[in-house]
Amino acid sequence: MSFITVLLIVIVAFLAGMEGVLDEFQFHQPLVACTLIGLVSGHLTEGVMLAGSLQLMALGWANVGAAVAPDAALASVASAIIMVLGLDGSTAVDSVISTSIAVAVPLSVAGLFLTMICRTLAIPIVHIMDGGAEKGSFKTIEIWQYIAIAMQGLRIAIPAAILCFVPSSAVTTALQAMPAWLSDGMTVGGGMVAAVGYAMVINMMATKETWPFFALGFVLACINELTLIGLGVIGVALALIYLTLKESGGSSSGGSSNTGDPLGDILNDY
Amino acid sequence: MAEKITLSKKDRMKVCWRHQFLQGSWNYERMQNGGWCYSIIPAIKKLYSNKEDQIAALKRHMEFYNTHPYVSSPVMGVTLAMEEERANGAQIDDVAIQGVKVGMMGPLAGVGDPAFWFTMRPILGALGASFAMSGNILGPILFFVLWNVIRYAFMWYTQEFGYKVGTSITNDLSGGLLGKITQGASILGMFIIGALVQRWVSISLTPIVSTVENDAVNIIDFSKFDGTGEALKSILQQYDSGMFLYDTTSTSLQANLDSLIPGLLAVCLTLFICWLLKKNVSPIVIIIGLFIVGIVGVLLNIM
Repeated sequence: MSFITVLLIVIVAFLAGMEGVLDEFQFHQPLVACTLIGLVSGHLTEGVMLAGSLQLMALGWANVGAAVAPDAALASVASAIIMVLGLDGSTAVDSVISTSIAVAVPLSVAGLFLTMICRTLAIPIVHIMDGGAEKGSFKTIEIWQYIAIAMQGLRIAIPAAILCFVPSSAVTTALQAMPAWLSDGMTVGGGMVAAVGYAMVINMMATKETWPFFALGFVLACINELTLIGLGVIGVALALIYLTLKESGGSSSGGSSNTGDPLGDILNDY
Repeated sequence: MAEKITLSKKDRMKVCWRHQFLQGSWNYERMQNGGWCYSIIPAIKKLYSNKEDQIAALKRHMEFYNTHPYVSSPVMGVTLAMEEERANGAQIDDVAIQGVKVGMMGPLAGVGDPAFWFTMRPILGALGASFAMSGNILGPILFFVLWNVIRYAFMWYTQEFGYKVGTSITNDLSGGLLGKITQGASILGMFIIGALVQRWVSISLTPIVSTVENDAVNIIDFSKFDGTGEALKSILQQYDSGMFLYDTTSTSLQANLDSLIPGLLAVCLTLFICWLLKKNVSPIVIIIGLFIVGIVGVLLNIM
């Protein structure tokens, strides 16, 4: 890789690292990070394909409260770099992408530990900010806020820079040395891993009232003509219908019925 | 009365821009406090000219704070309104300001997580991914642009909303509206997750459950193929009329399951993982476990 490519990759990695904690612009999401790395390294199409597959795996990964999810930032950046190295060493596209995805999982765990370390290191940083507040120094607070963000950026940028200097021949050899059962198994496993993200989401939102909608979504998705946008429209419509019915059912039966069964409420009125 | 100090639209926009970096110094001690204090600095500079007041303001905004980073915007709006009142001499003490922040952050986080992380991101992400998997650059662009437009519009307008209605927002939100939004988001989320489980969780079992010998008259006789278009046409016609290509027809276990409903195994797996997560099994352990299952499945030739 040329110096410029490495520099650009490190910048992308830095943005992804920042976003891993900020969670605003979404540079850390595979869909964005892998695409950008593909772009700066001249493997845009492959980057986009990797991005799509990884994104599906990471759909339900989210930081909730103080809990930290598997780290999408390191997973997407590092697996994209490995993909680029593999492609530069002229390994077949399909096998490079599926192996990169498999590598992403242990990396997301490693990233999880790194982010926990950074969030602990941020404690002394806010103490310095406390000191700034004590003296009424706006500058101190601002500068240390930037330092804290930069620390999160470096969390991904440093491993990315190190990875870039691994010779692509070494990566190619490692990829080719991987027995077929291992890479096939990883691909099969990868197909199932998406379920973990969904399960995390379900556990957050599932109530007696919402389970039927899960079933509806599942069954309607079997109709292949329905695109995701179409399904989204059905979902919004169902939610609106349900809330409206629930409200009217609730008010006509004296507001005492939060049974989650609007039909029952209507029947009760007879 | 002396002229009232107010925050201009420009001040509020500055705060809103900075507010995006709320989580930058996220720490295990007081969580988003540093980022919050950083965000509100433009307002403090404008409202308090006296050094002591500035110090007091900075200190009260270094207190514990943690919520979803986007729905933090209405909280910021309300806080700005309160600080403005205070700077103009109203009796609003530190406890009141911290009380509003803490009082709003809990319930709002309960809306932000399902609405953004578990509804909007899976939907936009899956939409983008479905384009991206075939190498279409439109997928990532769509995801990035839509997400950021929606996000920033949300942050700005809810901050303005909070600022305008001031403290009355707290009463507003504890009413029915917040509950309804949460529930609507959960319904949409569950519906979409159901669809995504069917579409994107892939498990496929390879064992053959039955192999049937096809009746000889129903097998396409390829020995008659002499390379002419006419022969090819007749073969295609035979195939079209439902004749078999091979001597035997095998039915895989997967085809049998699919005839019940496609994706049955996927939904069973998902529910099983839900149960494991409820038993406090770490998601990382489950992910690694699934890879092991995949490898073993391939080795045993069943997946």
